[in-house]
Amino acid sequence: MVALLRAVIRRDLLLAWRRRADIATVVLFFVIVVSLFPLGVGPEPNLLRTIAPGIIWVAALLACMLSLQQMFASDHSDGALDQMLLAAAPLGMIVIARAFAHWLISGLPLVILSPVLAIQFDLAPELSPVLTLSLLLGTPILTLTGAIGAALTLGLRGGGMLLALLVLPLYVPVLILGAGAVDAASAGLGADAHLLLLAAQLVVTATFAPWAIAAALRISAE
Amino acid sequence: MLEAHDIEITRGDRRLFGNLSLALQPGTLLLVTGSNGSGKTSLLRALCGLLVPSAGAIRWHGENIRNLREEYWRHLVYIGHTNALKDELTATENLGVLCALSGVHPSAEQQRQALARFGLAGRERLPAKALSQGQRRRTALARLSLCSTLPLWILDEPFAALDSAAVSHMQAVVGRHLADGGMVVITTHQEVPIPAPTMTELNLDQGYR
Repeated sequence: MVALLRAVIRRDLLLAWRRRADIATVVLFFVIVVSLFPLGVGPEPNLLRTIAPGIIWVAALLACMLSLQQMFASDHSDGALDQMLLAAAPLGMIVIARAFAHWLISGLPLVILSPVLAIQFDLAPELSPVLTLSLLLGTPILTLTGAIGAALTLGLRGGGMLLALLVLPLYVPVLILGAGAVDAASAGLGADAHLLLLAAQLVVTATFAPWAIAAALRISAE
Repeated sequence: MLEAHDIEITRGDRRLFGNLSLALQPGTLLLVTGSNGSGKTSLLRALCGLLVPSAGAIRWHGENIRNLREEYWRHLVYIGHTNALKDELTATENLGVLCALSGVHPSAEQQRQALARFGLAGRERLPAKALSQGQRRRTALARLSLCSTLPLWILDEPFAALDSAAVSHMQAVVGRHLADGGMVVITTHQEVPIPAPTMTELNLDQGYR
């Protein structure tokens, strides 16, 4: 089963490499959305410092949304999804492997870029690691929760818009805890409580989301 | 052995067929025929477990396939009318992934030989989007010669888009699998004789409506 899951992850990474433009779109979207705010709001340092975590987190949510639509759509239309539903390993495990690959492709670049983008907002250097850590814990939750929506809206007309309406409300707790971690740290309260709650949410999501995604995929294959 | 007991399949509001029973012993070829829209693909998807019949049960060695799940799927190769190939991956990479999903891990050399036997020698490194329709079909079918250890093959229109050389090779591959005690379910519109120890034909146009 390990060899099977490794083959699935390798396939997704290889496909992502061959479709580099798709990943670049998501990452550039994130960079541009974040960069628009200092230009639009003006160079008032205190204001920028205050809004930085919120802006970066909202942009990360939207960038994740953008990449989710591609997660199962092409596999659904060319029959590759059927082969995964009939695989020799539990579908839940395959879904975990695919979500991990998807996060490596679309979540990790956002985490890595966030400290660089935070400079535009003059975010204090000691807050940068907190922001990165909150995104590192938060983006896998976004991928897993979003994948449930992507699986449910598979094959629907106008599924992209429906996906956004379905998934964005579910992202609210992650957004509050993620952006709140940086705010708490900047207020001198310490970010531990927020980050631990985020970690707890990641554990719960990683435990239950794969089986929900698997069930949704089975329904959409019928 | 694979059995279906009184299964009924409905798509939307339309009842495709009902009270259908069949049993497939080792070495048996089941040929599913019928006009377009008679439910051949739906029957095959139900036999795979992709589609849940609205009534009845499908059993593998006496156990309902809905309870067996992976335990059933690790004995099964399903090739649908879509080839499940990714355009950006090469023929070898596609073949490797499809075999891995079936729990089979052939070496690079075995994959190369399987593709060569299906007339794709020298095209292993081409991305699937550069292959013709027939070559894409051959790539998908090349998986069969690597998955001969899996007893049950369910093939939806395997001969579509194939030329006569590939059709005769497919006949031989399926014939050999049946002679080794495998089970094959095939839908086809073409008259393709397959050497089979036992053959049953199921015409979905008869016995309903």
